[in-house]
Amino acid sequence: MTRTFSNITLPKVDLSDITGKLIVIEGTDGVGRSTQISDIKEWLEVKGYAVTVTGWIRSPFIGKAVQEAKERHTLNVHTFSLLYLADFADRLEHEIIPALKAGYIVLADRYIYTAFARSLIRGIDREWLLKSYGFALVPDAVFYMRIKVKTLIPRILNSENLGDEYWKSTDKMMDFWESGMDMRLGEDFYDSFIHYQKKVISIFDSMAKEYGFHVVDASKKFSHVNKILKEGIKAVLGLTE
Amino acid sequence: MARKYLEQHTYPGKLIIVEGIDGSGKSTQLKLLQEWLKSLGHQVFFTEWNSSDLVNETIKRGKKKNLLTPTTFSILHATDFADRLNHLILPPLKAGMLVLADRYIYTAFARDAVRGVDHEWVRDLYGFAIKPNLAFYFKVPTDVSIKRIMIGRPSLKYYEAGMDIGFSDDPVESFRIFQGQILDEYDRICSEYGLNIIDATKSINSQQQIVREMAKTVLENYVPEPII
Repeated sequence: MTRTFSNITLPKVDLSDITGKLIVIEGTDGVGRSTQISDIKEWLEVKGYAVTVTGWIRSPFIGKAVQEAKERHTLNVHTFSLLYLADFADRLEHEIIPALKAGYIVLADRYIYTAFARSLIRGIDREWLLKSYGFALVPDAVFYMRIKVKTLIPRILNSENLGDEYWKSTDKMMDFWESGMDMRLGEDFYDSFIHYQKKVISIFDSMAKEYGFHVVDASKKFSHVNKILKEGIKAVLGLTE
Repeated sequence: MARKYLEQHTYPGKLIIVEGIDGSGKSTQLKLLQEWLKSLGHQVFFTEWNSSDLVNETIKRGKKKNLLTPTTFSILHATDFADRLNHLILPPLKAGMLVLADRYIYTAFARDAVRGVDHEWVRDLYGFAIKPNLAFYFKVPTDVSIKRIMIGRPSLKYYEAGMDIGFSDDPVESFRIFQGQILDEYDRICSEYGLNIIDATKSINSQQQIVREMAKTVLENYVPEPII
């Protein structure tokens, strides 16, 4: 039986006829979530399951607002957290729930835990976050692709991320926030990045215990991580072979 | 922090807010109060609900395409409010000014509840809001309010009439039911948060006298000293 975190019901939304599964893949930037997800999607489809992938800040009508807001430079921590929440609610109601009702497997590339981490780091009240996201569906499983900062550095700090063009595109402005550059945690990109990622990882580690994530060592080879993820998903779906 | 608006704020400025349904005359009363405060030599800052442009475009887009659900509607308004709080309410309060707000968080509590949003959830969502120093609710019966609104207006807009909720296919009938439920919610909110109820069927002048008398109590301990 699908339920929400605070047992709050959304107006005009019936959760009683959900037959699909909500599977979340979480992890910080650069752990290779997206690559794993597209492989898993194909694998599940070959097995005969209908799959839909949902990302974070990808909803068509609110995603644009975030972009506009970034251009205006008016965002503060609360407005940012609320825009995240609006985007999530929109995707939940228009994408995730309808797919689950239609019996799909929904693979979520990040979920509310990412929003929690990003907001908590910026000083947003924990209780406020938990209550505001109270209407979120409790996933059937959360796989947390964990990585150490040391392993992460070479994956993120490449020329594509540090080049001049990087900072000019609006799309990348989003990453600016997501990589914690707004927080000025150090004197340059590198310091700030290290500080920020360490904090994100430690928040994820504590959430992993609290919410019972399946922790997967993402520093291992793709095929190794892939195998573990697939085994875990098989268990969620009750597949034996 | 949970619900910050349950405790007095410590800014040097004062926040005075008005609530009431459309056509209750609250905006007129607030303007008159503003004129009076200015004539007394006070620095006054005026702000109204839904006036920031951060999410206005999104809300408009959502309304046009009928994409808004009660939940996203609620969160987007909260976002707009957070933006306004940080840019238009807190700075003048820190500067020691008198801030007058046409509608406040109680508008959201009332509207969202009628749209079926969980009472407690929306009260938590606005947990970062601060408590007004003085809050008025201009109470008017639905019939009077509808008459006032319909004057000079050929038709009611879809969301304004609450047609998204599905009370009735007739805009006027839908509006009547919607406003009636909002009035009930406001009654609950007034007792919950101690809003000062003003009988909005009285003459404009007699209402304003009451408003100014109450505003005086706020001015008694008011020291316009900016935080530096």
